[in-house]
Amino acid sequence: MKARDKPTGQKVKSILDRYQRDSGMLVSVLQDVQAEYNYLPKKSLAQVSQGLDVPLTQVYSVATFFKAFSLKPRGRHIINVCLGTACHVRGAVGIREEIERELDIKPGETTKDFKYTMETVNCVGACALGPIVIIDGKYSGQMKTDKVKPLLESYD
Amino acid sequence: MVTLTIDGREVQAEEGTTILEAARESNIYIPTLCYHEEVTPYGACRLCLVEVARNGREKLVASCLYEVAEGLRVKTNSERIASNRKMIMELLLARCPNNKAIQDLARQLGVEKTSFKLEDKQCILCALCVRVCQEVVGVSAISLVNRGVDRQMATPFYEPSDVCIGCGACAYVCPTGAIGFEDVGDTRYIHWPNNKMEFKLRKCKTCGNYWAPEKQLDYIIKKANLSPDAFDNCPDCRD
Repeated sequence: MKARDKPTGQKVKSILDRYQRDSGMLVSVLQDVQAEYNYLPKKSLAQVSQGLDVPLTQVYSVATFFKAFSLKPRGRHIINVCLGTACHVRGAVGIREEIERELDIKPGETTKDFKYTMETVNCVGACALGPIVIIDGKYSGQMKTDKVKPLLESYD
Repeated sequence: MVTLTIDGREVQAEEGTTILEAARESNIYIPTLCYHEEVTPYGACRLCLVEVARNGREKLVASCLYEVAEGLRVKTNSERIASNRKMIMELLLARCPNNKAIQDLARQLGVEKTSFKLEDKQCILCALCVRVCQEVVGVSAISLVNRGVDRQMATPFYEPSDVCIGCGACAYVCPTGAIGFEDVGDTRYIHWPNNKMEFKLRKCKTCGNYWAPEKQLDYIIKKANLSPDAFDNCPDCRD
C-alpha cells in the first residue's frame, strides 16, 4: 500500500456531509468513497454506517452486491476486457490471456505494485470495435495480442 | 373489508392484507418457507405462489406479497401451480438434499427426487433470520451478502459481530434449521452457515445455573429501561 493515502476519516466525513447524511444516498456515498480511495476501506464502511445511521450489515450487503464496488485495494489503472459474444468470437480470450501473462494477474486481481487491476465484462455495447479493451474508461478497439504490451506500457 | 374468492370460497379480508393472510384466516393451506407473520414478507422461497385472475388473464403471484382486492379470484392449487411449485421444490431439494425440513416438504408436495445437480447446503437464503434480527430483535447483526451464486448469509466481513446479542432468534425462526445453537456450560455457541460466535452466559444468583447471554440481558435492560439487577436471577428463581 505504498504511496497510498491511508483512510483518514476526514474525507469520508465530507462525503457524508455532501449528501446531508441521507440514508437513501448510500450507493452514491459508497461510489464517492470508492472514487476517493479506489476501493472501499473497511473503516470507511463502518464510518458510512454510523454517519448515515444504516446498519453495517446493510452497508456491507450493498458493498458486496454491486460489481462496481471493491473491498480490496485496486490498481491505479482499471483494465476491463470485454468477453461479450462479439468480442469472444473475435479472440477476446486470447487478449485476456495475453494481459494475464503480461501482468501476471487473473481477472479481478491487482498487480503487486498496485498499477493495474484487470476485470472482465460481458459486453460494453461496442461490438463493432471488438475485441475491445477499456483502460480507465478509454476504449481501445480491434485489439490484437501484439498490441497488448504497447497499450499497457502507455500507462504509468 | 374486501371480498375475494379463494378456491371458489368467498372470503372477507382487511384491505392491505395479503392473499396468504386471507387464506390462512380461512384455513386454506398454502405452503411457505420464508413467511413469518412477525416480519415483512420477502417473497424469497416462492412456494406460496397462487394464481390470480385479472382482466381475464391468470397469472402466478407470490401470495405472501400480493394484496387482496375486491372481486379478486384466487386459485391455490391448479395444475399450473402444482407443476411450478414442484419445480421450485426440486431446486430447493437440489440445494439442500440432506435437509430434513426440505425433504419433508418435498415429499408432501409429491417431489421424490430432483433432476438438478446436488449441492450440500442447509440455508435457502430466505432471509427470515435477517428480517427477524432487524425487525423483531432490532439489532441487525446478519444479512445476505454477495450476489448471485455467491450469495450467503453472514455477518459483515464474516467477522464476529459487535452488535449480535446471542439471542438465537435467527436459529429459532430458520425454516430449515440451518443455524445451530447450543448452550454448553457457561457458553452459548451460535453456528451460522458461514461463521460462528460464542457468548458468555449469565449465572443465576440463586440456583447457579447459566441461563441467558450477558449481552442479551444487558440489551433488554437497556431497551426496556429496567434496573441493572433485573436479571440477576433466572426465571425459575424469580419471585
